[in-house]
Amino acid sequence: MPEKQSTVTGASEAPPIVSEWRRFQRVFFQRKLVMFGLVVLILLVFTAIFAPWLAPHNPYRGKMADSLSQPGNKYLLGTDIQGRDTLSRLIYGSRTALMVGFLSVGLAGIFGMALGIVAGYFGGFINTIIMRVMDALMGFPMLLLALLLASVLGSGIQNVIIALSFATLPGYTRFIHGLTLSVRENDYILAEEAMGASRARTMLRHILPNVFPPMIVLITLMLGNLILAEAGLSFLGIGIKPPGAAWGSMVADGYQYLLMNPVLSFAPGLTIMVVVFAFNMVGDGLRDALDPRLRGLL
Amino acid sequence: MTAYIIRRLLMALVIIFLVTLVVFFAMRLLPGDPLIIFLGQQASQGTITQEHLETLRHEYGLDKPILVQYANWAYGILRGNLGTSIHYHEKVSMLMRERFPVTLHLGLMAFVIGNALGILLGMLAAIRRGTWVDTAATTFANIGITIFVPWLGLLLMYALGLKLELLPIAGYTSPLDNFWLSTKQVIMPVICLAITGLGFIARQTRSSMLEVIKQDYVRTAWSKGLRERTVILRHAVKNGLIPVITLLGIGIGLVFGGSILVETVFAIPGIGRLLVTSVFAQDYVVVQSGTLVIATIIILTNLIVDISYGWLDPRIRYG
Repeated sequence: MPEKQSTVTGASEAPPIVSEWRRFQRVFFQRKLVMFGLVVLILLVFTAIFAPWLAPHNPYRGKMADSLSQPGNKYLLGTDIQGRDTLSRLIYGSRTALMVGFLSVGLAGIFGMALGIVAGYFGGFINTIIMRVMDALMGFPMLLLALLLASVLGSGIQNVIIALSFATLPGYTRFIHGLTLSVRENDYILAEEAMGASRARTMLRHILPNVFPPMIVLITLMLGNLILAEAGLSFLGIGIKPPGAAWGSMVADGYQYLLMNPVLSFAPGLTIMVVVFAFNMVGDGLRDALDPRLRGLL
Repeated sequence: MTAYIIRRLLMALVIIFLVTLVVFFAMRLLPGDPLIIFLGQQASQGTITQEHLETLRHEYGLDKPILVQYANWAYGILRGNLGTSIHYHEKVSMLMRERFPVTLHLGLMAFVIGNALGILLGMLAAIRRGTWVDTAATTFANIGITIFVPWLGLLLMYALGLKLELLPIAGYTSPLDNFWLSTKQVIMPVICLAITGLGFIARQTRSSMLEVIKQDYVRTAWSKGLRERTVILRHAVKNGLIPVITLLGIGIGLVFGGSILVETVFAIPGIGRLLVTSVFAQDYVVVQSGTLVIATIIILTNLIVDISYGWLDPRIRYG
């Protein structure tokens, strides 16, 4: 995340930019909670990539003889009713969470950014249409809209991604729309237009780079939300098909065996919280480090 | 101010109209014939004929062009007719009348408690910035917005219900039937419903209070020698809470969104559970109307929030 940032802030040659990068380093890397979040996220990505090597057992097929084992030497976090190792399923679940999170953020982020810039830059009729539709989508609780869409589209992880992208689209669009309105007022946009630059060029070369840094903050914070929403949907039984592992459905599966083996539900729930907490801490850190209004204060 | 209210009102009407379009066409244009899916099991048993299917299709008006279907549906809703459930074989308005008070009971309690505690926590954190109070309150707020609500429900259920046996583990009783039992049953669901909003409100209150405390007029209040309580409660809070009001609209959405999960965890017969059941039963009539009712409530709440915002902050109204 910080490396990506340096290219954005370091792209211009103006002298104060250097200290801006220093400020970023100081604010971002010196907070314990932000560092904690960063370490968790790095571990998470690592786990998702190397899942087959890290998982001690087959996450999809267990031994019926070991059904509902207590946590112990053989199964660190015990097993579920089908004798599947909880730890291995947690490890594989990170793939589901990250895939849904990153793909929906990518999909909704790109469309939201395009719609927000277009609505904000053109204004008038186009603005009214886009923003009123977004207001309508905003009228639904995110989980309800996702549930509605996922139910019509049918189960399967790609439909969950589409549903969550739709449900989160208005958030990005509104955010970018607001930013575009303020960026548009700058004199360099006027100068660009006076030189006869095309609208597409103005939007891509001048507005986009200026709304991008705040967008990174929003994306990081949204990733946490999406992982929570995906967990919510899979808790209800929508999403990845049965043998697949998702943290939310693991919480739901363990529900019936709460007295016998509480770890079945507790472990995935705790994992969700730690991961979402990590995304939020990194997002908060990025926001404070990138917010120009906090210059001199932090 | 009147012009502002009228403008907002018209906008809300347009948005509700767009919501009906989203709800209706999302259910119809996307793949899957609701009737076929619903009758699927019966059809596979051979108990249903093509003729029967056509009769049903006609009965539900599904044989008409889609725009006519939409017009009929919208006209019905304007007259208070939400349709008849395919799954429950009951009028949706009847289902709503049964389920809605339950969600409202839990939701209102969660909303009031969550907002009150959230504001209190945020103010404490801002006033005692940098102390352990701030750290504790901020950490709690961050946990509130990151916790997986069904998991919190299970934790509470395990600790308070199963191990300590202090509270009933699930279910719902109307407070009018048995007040004591009802109160004991709603404690855990209300905590679960309130926690997310509480976290958001506390964070927002803290940051906007910090912003206000820096202002000159607050420093003047201090230098007049006023007591801390007066400075905070009479001077800082008034402006500090304005940005928090916008979050109240979002809070309503969180309560309804949360009710989907919380009512499933605690087996509460409210609107959230009704929607989940209907989604799985492919009962498009209930899903359609239930979603519309919830969205309308949220939009109207946001309208009230917007109007009071304009009333409290003149810059918005004339901007």
